Amino acid sequence: MAEKKRRSGPWLDVWKRLKKNKLAIVGMVILGLVILISVFAPFIAPYGYMEQDYAATLQFPGREHLFGTDNFGRDIFSRIIYGGRYSLIIGIGCVSIAAVIGSILGIVAAFYSKFDNIIMRMIDIVMGIPSFLLAISIAAALGTGLRNLMIAVSITSLPAFTRVVRAQVMTVKEQEFIEAARSIGGNNLRIIFRHILPNALAPIIVQFTLGAVNSILWAASLSFIGLGIQPPSPEWGAMLSAGRTYLRDNWYMSVFPGLAIMITTYSLNLIGDGLRDALDPRLKQ
Amino acid sequence: MTKYIFKRLLYMLPVLLGIIIIVFTLMYITPGDPARFILGDSAPQEMVDELREEMGLNDSYFARLGTYLKNVAFHGDLGVSYKTGRPVLNEILARYSTTLTLTIASSVLAIVLGILMGIVSAVKQYSAVDNLITTIALFGVSVPSFWIAMLLVLLFSVTLSWLPATGSYGIQYWIMPVFTMGMQSAAIIMRMTRSSMLEVIRQDYIRTAQAKGQKKWKIITGHALKNAMVPIVTTAGIQICGLLAGSVLVESVFSLPGIGKYVVDSINYKDYPAVQGTVLFIGFNCVIINLAIDIIYCFIDPRIKIQYSRKKKVEVNG
Repeated sequence: MAEKKRRSGPWLDVWKRLKKNKLAIVGMVILGLVILISVFAPFIAPYGYMEQDYAATLQFPGREHLFGTDNFGRDIFSRIIYGGRYSLIIGIGCVSIAAVIGSILGIVAAFYSKFDNIIMRMIDIVMGIPSFLLAISIAAALGTGLRNLMIAVSITSLPAFTRVVRAQVMTVKEQEFIEAARSIGGNNLRIIFRHILPNALAPIIVQFTLGAVNSILWAASLSFIGLGIQPPSPEWGAMLSAGRTYLRDNWYMSVFPGLAIMITTYSLNLIGDGLRDALDPRLKQ
Repeated sequence: MTKYIFKRLLYMLPVLLGIIIIVFTLMYITPGDPARFILGDSAPQEMVDELREEMGLNDSYFARLGTYLKNVAFHGDLGVSYKTGRPVLNEILARYSTTLTLTIASSVLAIVLGILMGIVSAVKQYSAVDNLITTIALFGVSVPSFWIAMLLVLLFSVTLSWLPATGSYGIQYWIMPVFTMGMQSAAIIMRMTRSSMLEVIRQDYIRTAQAKGQKKWKIITGHALKNAMVPIVTTAGIQICGLLAGSVLVESVFSLPGIGKYVVDSINYKDYPAVQGTVLFIGFNCVIINLAIDIIYCFIDPRIKIQYSRKKKVEVNG
């Protein structure tokens, strides 16, 4: 019991510090709501996201259609609710793929010095191209669609994880408890997964939330320029792109999808900032 | 100093080579037959086969990579546009000044505003001003730039009719694009300046300067900012590259005839050599920006310069 208490101590402290940060809590509540709304979209949305009503095209926001309708008579509110699924899948999915592959590369680079130079030079090269441009380049080569968009965004997010994990593992592996683990016969895999990774988690978690923000913004941007998810899918970036033509007379077609992106990324940023402060209390002194 | 710059120049080469290989590989895996695309669907197969042979499309990956590398490195040949049949580099250079003007103007706005706000925020930590600036900055990094651009058009062009929505015929055409691009980067630079300044102003030498009765602004600019500059300059460098890439979205919304809009138009036309050629071109620009940033480090942090002269001494003594 005592051992359990001791082991969960640092994370409990982090949670206690995080709980004190009101903005981070607001972020968590908003993100929780976005997740719930997206998961239960079929029960919340008043219309189907593909449901067209040619008798009610380009309707202004009102009681019938809370956020109005688009040029096909589709309910924008319902499409935004369904669109949250894309943003969350992309945000969490891409960053998870990038985190796993990026962390493995970071650990290998830090732990096995013979691979360090080659991995980090490759990362330098990939980082030589601005992230969004790299995403454009990959998406243009692979073609449109959710899968290709996710590949493009994941590859683009990967170098940041490799750098963060490598730097953190480099610091942790020099510490005495790693030497102790090795001296009692712990093999490399055990040392990495049982000792190094848990102690290098803090910056990875922060990078995860910030990476999710970038993934959502990049995905929306790619869809906006026609390289991501294609209509009629209710992805927020694609909805904004479709609304551009009608900006002058039907502002609501562009304003609401943008607001949805902003609310989601803002909540993730609040959580990311809160986690960073909670995991590194020096910053809050 | 010369040795440092020379070493940085040498570092550039593998990065440049790597970027070329990445861009070529992406072009190589792009589905579709370029020869068929150029000649059109109605062209007879023999003509397509002939063009394929002429363009070297039947060669192996490495043979084509070799030719591409040679063309890029020695002739500045970034490929030929499917749409116009003109060299991509010529198309880019015809539009480069627009993108460069936009990037420079928005970079200046971002750096000046970002550093200024960051200093105020750090010096007045936890005050109402700090809370306001950090909240705005957090919104700044959470909002897609193309959405901000659309909102500005809605407010200043559609509703108030103060500024023109599209085109680049006078200074008034640049206000909204520069503001859109600059504000987001200003938010990122502000956040970095704030955290970097906060770390520095807790140091003992700042307390010593305060105890000696030095003026506050002199402590901030002369001691704190100088020592907080390295991460700020790094972030600014990343942001300038990001602004070059971000021009793709903003130029597209404001119909500015730069290389960003060229990329979007090329995507719509499936003109992949134009897309990848532009990516390569902007990649080269970023390598040069990174080199400039590395050189600036020497001026703002003499330790970097000393490191190299020390190494030299050690080598001589050794």
